[in-house]
Amino acid sequence: MIFGAVLAGGFGTRMHISSMPKQFLPLDDKPIIIHTIEKMLTCSKFDAVFVGINPTWASYMNDLLDNYDLSEENIKVVIGGENRNDTIFNIIAGIEEEYGENDENIIVTHDAVRPFVTLRIIEDNIEAALKYGACDTVVPATDTIVVSHKNDIISDIPNRIYMYQGQTPQSFNIKKLKELYARLSDSQKLVLTDACNIFVMNNEEVKLVQGEVSNIKITTVNDYNIAQYLATGGAESD
Amino acid sequence: MINYVYRLVSPQFISIDYSNINVSNNAIVRPLYMSICHADQRYFLGARNSDILSEKLPMALIHECCGEVVADRSGTFKRGQKVVLIPNIPAKPSDYILENYDECSHFASSNCDGFMREFVDIPADRLLPYDKIPPQNAVLSEYLSVAVHSVTRLSKYAHECRDNIAVWGDGSLAYVVCCALRELMPKAKITVIGKNLRKLSRFSFAHKTYLNNSLPKNFHFDHAFECVGGEFSGEAIEDIIKHIKPQGTVMLMGVSENKIPVNTRQLLEKGLMLIGSSRSGKEDFATALNLMQSVRVRRRLGSIVYEDAPVRCLDDIYRVFSTDLNTPFKTIFEWKL
Repeated sequence: MIFGAVLAGGFGTRMHISSMPKQFLPLDDKPIIIHTIEKMLTCSKFDAVFVGINPTWASYMNDLLDNYDLSEENIKVVIGGENRNDTIFNIIAGIEEEYGENDENIIVTHDAVRPFVTLRIIEDNIEAALKYGACDTVVPATDTIVVSHKNDIISDIPNRIYMYQGQTPQSFNIKKLKELYARLSDSQKLVLTDACNIFVMNNEEVKLVQGEVSNIKITTVNDYNIAQYLATGGAESD
Repeated sequence: MINYVYRLVSPQFISIDYSNINVSNNAIVRPLYMSICHADQRYFLGARNSDILSEKLPMALIHECCGEVVADRSGTFKRGQKVVLIPNIPAKPSDYILENYDECSHFASSNCDGFMREFVDIPADRLLPYDKIPPQNAVLSEYLSVAVHSVTRLSKYAHECRDNIAVWGDGSLAYVVCCALRELMPKAKITVIGKNLRKLSRFSFAHKTYLNNSLPKNFHFDHAFECVGGEFSGEAIEDIIKHIKPQGTVMLMGVSENKIPVNTRQLLEKGLMLIGSSRSGKEDFATALNLMQSVRVRRRLGSIVYEDAPVRCLDDIYRVFSTDLNTPFKTIFEWKL
């Protein structure tokens, strides 16, 4: 089976403009997370879409689903964890509690604050996860990446042709994800900021899926302003 | 939900716009296949009057499309239902003006956005379901419906002697008109007149084909379809008027950007009826889909289709319009954007 997982465990501490988590801020006429969930629901390959939410906001999330006539859809709200990976594993626990374990199950994890994801990206993720066991959505880096280990002086400037910017979705075979995570030491788990790294740290291949430059993560006030502009009729041209 | 709309901003320049569409209003359809019409190509190349271009652009192109319903709160369609999209959005029903001629109607990729979008929000009554037809055929339903519409109008207005029908043109429009004629007026003998022997050879189901410069002097027919358009429209209409029998009906279907001179003396002497025929309505779509149930019709249509590689990124849109310039008939492609 194939499951969508909308990751909305955060508090929005980087926005500084609201005590409300950023995924609940309005984008045009509805909250960011509703845009994201509606896009996930367009994918007919999903057996269910899970939303991992901070416990403080769980009832608010359920109210939103009611308000936007989404409560009838195949959406399950589960409580998120302390960090991104905890939220993913809480969702996996929710999936397995309801649907049982299966070696072939796939999870497509996506940031709630990336409402500009396209169905093409979601479907490419599913295809890649089924074929390769894990995939990450990326776009080629346009800025030069500068590495500094001391936050003061440049340590390295890697060749840009090998650099990509990671987006989401990130998609995995659930069984493989669990097995590889169990192999990591506690210290390795502590430095994980990205689920794909669970595979990379275990020397397992992660397939790249082409993202979109417009698939922005609404993290800062500036991102939010750009997203508002785009969603209300602004244009981007290539 | 944020939707991606791929709009032609100026000739050969496409921009991505984002719009917020509400799942609760219209049906939401994911396009599966699209087909390029000459009208889209003219916009893309900028082969229209500059005033028209500045009035209509930015605009998403493409009005020939089939897709899959992803949501329909009206309950008319289930999720996953394959549908063809009717590009004509009528303003109000009329007792005597057909929906495709109503000046208040909207038409996709003419006076409102066409279907080059991630999702199309469209009233459920502008969708027709189909089953057991490959999308590569279903995508031609709009094109076939235009031919069906013209043949239906001929049937309504022309006198009843319909033994011999001539079709001027050797392109894809002439081809679908012949397809529709063969099915809707099976007793009529169809003669196709064109300029290109190679293209004429595709009309294997016509009774006779002629090059336009080698028409026999005694060549006569009861009614005719003009499917030439462009700079040779005038020449075709001249030949039709010369060879058609008195009181015949001529269906004019080809678009020309220039004014076309008409031999009114002979037209009056013969008492001819000239009928303009353009686009189609929902009934014509239903007839077209019905015709496509026949394997024979699907095979015929399939022989004028070139399927280009799927469109997966913005650059691919430029590629399919370029491909279309080098294919003799219809260019179709899977929409994966």
